[in-house]
Order: sequence, then C-alpha cells, then structure tokens
Amino acid sequence: MFDLAYYQTLWPRLFSGFWLSLSTIIPAALAGLAIGVVVGTVRGAMFPRFLVAPLNAYVSLFRGTALVVQLFVCYYGLPQLAMWLKPFFAARGLPELWRIFYLSPYAASVLIFALCSGAYHSEYIRGAILSIKKGQFAAARALGFTQAQTFWNIIVPQAARRAWPGCGNEIVYLIKYSSLAYIVTFKELTGTAMTLANSSFRYAETFFAAGLYYLFMTTLAAWIMRRLEKAYAVPGFGRG
Amino acid sequence: MNAPAQPVLEVRNLSKSLGGKLILDDVSLTLNKGELKVLIGPSGGGKSTLLQCVHYLHRPDRGDVFLEGRSAAEMGRRNICAFRQEIGMIFQDFNLFDHLDAENNVAIALRKVKGLAKAAALARARAELDRVGLADKADLFPAQLSGGQKQRVSIARALAMDPKVMLLDEPTSALDPDLIGEVLNVVADLARGGMTMLMATHQIGFARRLTREIIFMENGRIIETGRPDDLLAPASESRAAAFCAKLTELLGH
Repeated sequence: MFDLAYYQTLWPRLFSGFWLSLSTIIPAALAGLAIGVVVGTVRGAMFPRFLVAPLNAYVSLFRGTALVVQLFVCYYGLPQLAMWLKPFFAARGLPELWRIFYLSPYAASVLIFALCSGAYHSEYIRGAILSIKKGQFAAARALGFTQAQTFWNIIVPQAARRAWPGCGNEIVYLIKYSSLAYIVTFKELTGTAMTLANSSFRYAETFFAAGLYYLFMTTLAAWIMRRLEKAYAVPGFGRG
Repeated sequence: MNAPAQPVLEVRNLSKSLGGKLILDDVSLTLNKGELKVLIGPSGGGKSTLLQCVHYLHRPDRGDVFLEGRSAAEMGRRNICAFRQEIGMIFQDFNLFDHLDAENNVAIALRKVKGLAKAAALARARAELDRVGLADKADLFPAQLSGGQKQRVSIARALAMDPKVMLLDEPTSALDPDLIGEVLNVVADLARGGMTMLMATHQIGFARRLTREIIFMENGRIIETGRPDDLLAPASESRAAAFCAKLTELLGH
C-alpha cells in the first residue's frame, strides 16, 4: 500500500518546494520579529495615544481575521485597488505607482506572513515590557540613566528574555502556516506536494514526506530557540 | 574646632500633589556635608515622596532642590540625569537589575552613564562590593541573594557613582528582622566615613545612636525637628516621642 520506492523519489522532488518555503519563512520571520519589536514596544511603553491607537487597530485586524482571508485580500483584492487607482494616476501623468499593488504570490505571502507574525510577536513583547517591575525604571533613573539608556540597557535585556519563549513559539507557527501560501498559487512545499500528489495519486506518501520536511524545519527552529534561551539564561528568569 | 557648615543639599519649600491629594506641603530642610538626618513618621506621611522629589524622580509642584548651590528646577532634562547621578538613592525593595549579577549591577551605570571602560567599571564594582562585605558574591544574581545582601549590593551600586548625598528610603523595611543588622552596619560605616545622608526609617534605636537630628513628618509636613535625645525624651511631649512610643509598643524594640 505504502509505495516505499516512490516515497524515496519524493525527497529530491520536494526539495525545490522546501527551499521556496524556507525562502518565504526566513524573511517573514525576521521582518515579523522586527515589526513585533517596534509595535510591541510602542504599545507597551507608554507612548502617546495617537501612536498606540493605530497599532492596536493593526494588531486587532491581523489577529482577528483568518490568515487565508488576509492572503486573498492582499493577492486578489489589491489588484482591484490598482485598477481603480490607475486612471487617477494616468490622468495626472504620475509615475505608475499603482503597479506595486500587483503583488507576486511570493511577495504577497511574505508580506502577509510578516504582518501577521508581527501582530502576534507584538503581543508577547508588549506583555514582556508590561511585566517589568516599576522599580527597575526607578533604579535606572536614580542612577542617572536617560530614558534611551534605560530602554537599551535595562528594559530590552529583561523583556527579550521574557518574550523569547512566546516569540519562538510564534516562529514555529509561522513555519507551519507558511503552507497557506499555496492557496495564492505559490509553489512552496505544500503546493509542490499537491502537484506531485495530483499527478501520481500517491497522496499518503507525498504528504507524509512533506510533513517530514515541516517537522525538520520546526525541530531545527525549536532547537535553535532553546539554545539561545539557554545561552542567555539568568537565574530568576524562568529557566535557570 | 568646627569647620564652617557647608550645605550640600538644600530643599526649599517643596510641595507635591499626587492624584489630587497634597502629599508634600511646603517642606524645607538643609543637609550639611557629612551630616546624617533621619526622617521618621507614620506611613503615608510623605517621607518617600519627599525623597523622590529631592531626587527629581517626581518633579515637585512647587519649590526647589539645590545640590551644592545648583538649582534642580532650572535644569533641563539632560542635566537632571547628571543631577541624579550625584545623588545616591536606596529603595525599600532594593530594585536591583534582575538580569545582571551583583558586580554588573554595580558596573552598569559606571559604564553606560559615566562612560568607564568595562574592565575599569568591573574593578570599581568589585571594590565597592568589598566595601559592603560582598566580595565573594560578585557573580551571583539578585535571585540568588538574600534581602540583606541585595540591599548591600544596591548600596554598593549607589556608592560607585561617587554621590554627594545618599537618600535612603526605609532601606530595612522589606527585610527579615535577622537581616536588618547587616544593612544598618553598612549605613553606620558610611555615616562614620562622613557620607552626607538623608534616611527615612522606622529603626528608632539606630537613628538615636547615629544622628544628631531627627525630622518628624506627618501629613506631608515637617512637624518637629531636633536632637534625638531632646525630641524623643518621654518628657518632651513631642509628637515624635508619642509616635516612637507607639512603635516600641508594637515592635518591642
């Protein structure tokens, strides 16, 4: 029933998909983390309301809607906006800026994954900043630290340690939900597996192999995350 | 032969309201070089707020603080940070930086605020830890230290900045009774070494032995000041004496 010979031919054939998945996940993870750090910091560190309110709206939007819907809006919806803008730009002889709304499947996927991941990261980071005791700020100010010095030397090292397990978890999620890119026609790991399975009718073998590729990625990511967590462990901060 | 009194710290007419409630009401005091003055009084009487306003951790609503003649009220944001460097602050609950070991707790402000190189900052940190009797605990983290040890690290951290004045906000109130002595010994050593200090405390016995002036605060005002023996004598009928009698009754010391 399980065709082992066929199964073994899948590894090299799925590899291009695996590679494309990685090339989506890595930039999306890095950009997502960067977005999360900035947004989480602004939302957690008593910035003025006019900065916080739009970021709260961004987080609610990306946490509160289905990821597939976000991908559809970005990939299928934005070109509609482009068509609407096109005559407006043409009439005024402006450069064809509306073209940026025609995103490739790859660009749409990376963009949406980064924004979605950033919204979740920002929650972990906001929570970590809020969990820092008031006395830490008072002690830093009392020693003559400026606000920026307090932020970089006291808040960041503590918040990073608190947020890290949550952020690591989010990156593992990202690896798995990157499979949704195939829905906007991007031939990543799941998309490649789907094509192979449809032509061979060997669904079990194909998706089992794809699953193992995902398991490899998530295991590797979790291992790296744990190593970093251990390397920076401090007594009194969770682990250690 | 007495040297002429040099005021290091002058607090003039400080007032502060928090949440619509007047916490400090026109408080003035002067600390001369090498003096230790002790603030006593009931909780909520304004002792902590006074210390925090002196340090400009809270900006006072009215009044001014002068450190060696320089007005804090006239300083910009940058200069206030420099002003705070010169005043050491000891908190009731230590506020050590939780992610740093003892020596780095002391060294970090030397490096980041004073701009010392890492090696020089760590050497100074170890010297200060030695001064408070914690040379062997330099690489322990706050979570691995007892309350008394934490408070001594926080004193070392403040001393490393070469403060002109130290403000101590009930430094032993969060400690188990058996750990209070080690912290008070360090404070007593500082006093004998000529450090200028303003200390809020409920340790009346300690205050009597070491200070020449007790300041009694209640409802945001300085009610009484005087030499401990005069102010706290049972016959003085002062509010301070009544307060201390009540403390003694409750705590038995």
